Amino acid sequence: MAKHRISVTINGAAREAEVESRLLLVHLIREVFRMTGTHVGCDTSHCGACTVILDGNPVKSCTVLAVQADGAKITTVEGLEQGGKLHPVQEGFTEKHGLQCGFCTPGMLMTTSALLERNKNPSEQQIREAIAGNLCRCTGYVNIVKAVQYAAEKMR
Amino acid sequence: MIPAAFDYHRPDTLDEALKLLKKHGDDAKVLSGGMSLLPMLKLRLASFAHLVDIGRIPGLDTLKEEKGTLRIGAMVRQVALERSDLIRTKYPILADAIPLIADPLVRNRGTIGGNVANGDPGNDQPAIMLALGATFVARGSKERSIPASQFYKGLYSTALAPGEILTEIRIPAPPPKSGGAYAKLKRKTGDFAVAAAAVQLTLGKNGAIERAGIGLTNAGLTPVEAVDAAKYLAGKMPDEKTIAEAAKMAAAKSSPSADRRGSVEYKKEMARVLTARALRKAVQRAGGN
Repeated sequence: MAKHRISVTINGAAREAEVESRLLLVHLIREVFRMTGTHVGCDTSHCGACTVILDGNPVKSCTVLAVQADGAKITTVEGLEQGGKLHPVQEGFTEKHGLQCGFCTPGMLMTTSALLERNKNPSEQQIREAIAGNLCRCTGYVNIVKAVQYAAEKMR
Repeated sequence: MIPAAFDYHRPDTLDEALKLLKKHGDDAKVLSGGMSLLPMLKLRLASFAHLVDIGRIPGLDTLKEEKGTLRIGAMVRQVALERSDLIRTKYPILADAIPLIADPLVRNRGTIGGNVANGDPGNDQPAIMLALGATFVARGSKERSIPASQFYKGLYSTALAPGEILTEIRIPAPPPKSGGAYAKLKRKTGDFAVAAAAVQLTLGKNGAIERAGIGLTNAGLTPVEAVDAAKYLAGKMPDEKTIAEAAKMAAAKSSPSADRRGSVEYKKEMARVLTARALRKAVQRAGGN
């Protein structure tokens, strides 16, 4: 089985890797690039813990091949903080107690930061719809919604 | 979970993709959005020695109305349809369904081509294609058109020949006084339908139904076209009694199997209820009562 040389831009940095066809994007990120902020939850494309932003859209990185991301721009939770300053959604999750166990948080942050890029003033309904593919097993959705609203206000 | 090993190919042209499919025969599978195929490979419910990724072939992302036909390229992602003004204003049957497919993250990757071509009767768009009277364009050694009504042969089995790729979906643009709707019952986000009904109809000058198409999701081994019910509706005024009778006829065509989503009886009853709801909404959108 042939290996593929791929290059991606991850959190602004150009990276290259030689990957097997079957390597999943989440494993490229965690095991090859050693960035473990992105979590593996269900591994069956249900829970969204592995969400990363791929060319502008949040996707479940357990269900994308690394080689499919060749040439793409990827943002992971490590890329949200800029110059030592937390992203407004990170600040919102801190301020509004948007996490309990924290396992779903990286995925939640990626999905909601992407939402706020497209929609500066989402309604509660729109926030809830946006995170429909991200499961919080602590069921802490009320505060997650508040955290996103906090971030939206910060960003306006 | 990691899929069994395979070779990944990313052709730049359709001809190159077709050549790869021809070369590898049954060992090759087309990869579009991957939202069904990759989970199946990971769960080892399927395995192929070669994946042919059509994701970067130019020309497969058309989304436009042209000469009375809506053309949707196979690689158009659900998110693009969800954000399209054309779909929202003129094809409410699709606009109803898309937010109910999987979840937003999956819709950012999943394509309409994959949804209609993989032959899963739980997918939502095949029934919609039946209701709309859509045609699928397939490219193999030559190009051919396959009506949606002749496309679904069995569970995960379609009219696509080995070595063929579904490249485009063509939908007749609805004439004035048309309306469509999709009604779906599901237990939770990300689940397939317990039952769902797709309806597209056109009203005549006197308010009677001129043409109707009805498709059912998860109502058997293939998406079900409720031909009898559609025929029954033609020429009739869309009143409650007629809608109820058509819904009953459509449900009679469904043959779901019992699973954790419900018993056969329950699913057939839900097919009836949802068909009636979709009919009412379609009539309303067509400008009827």
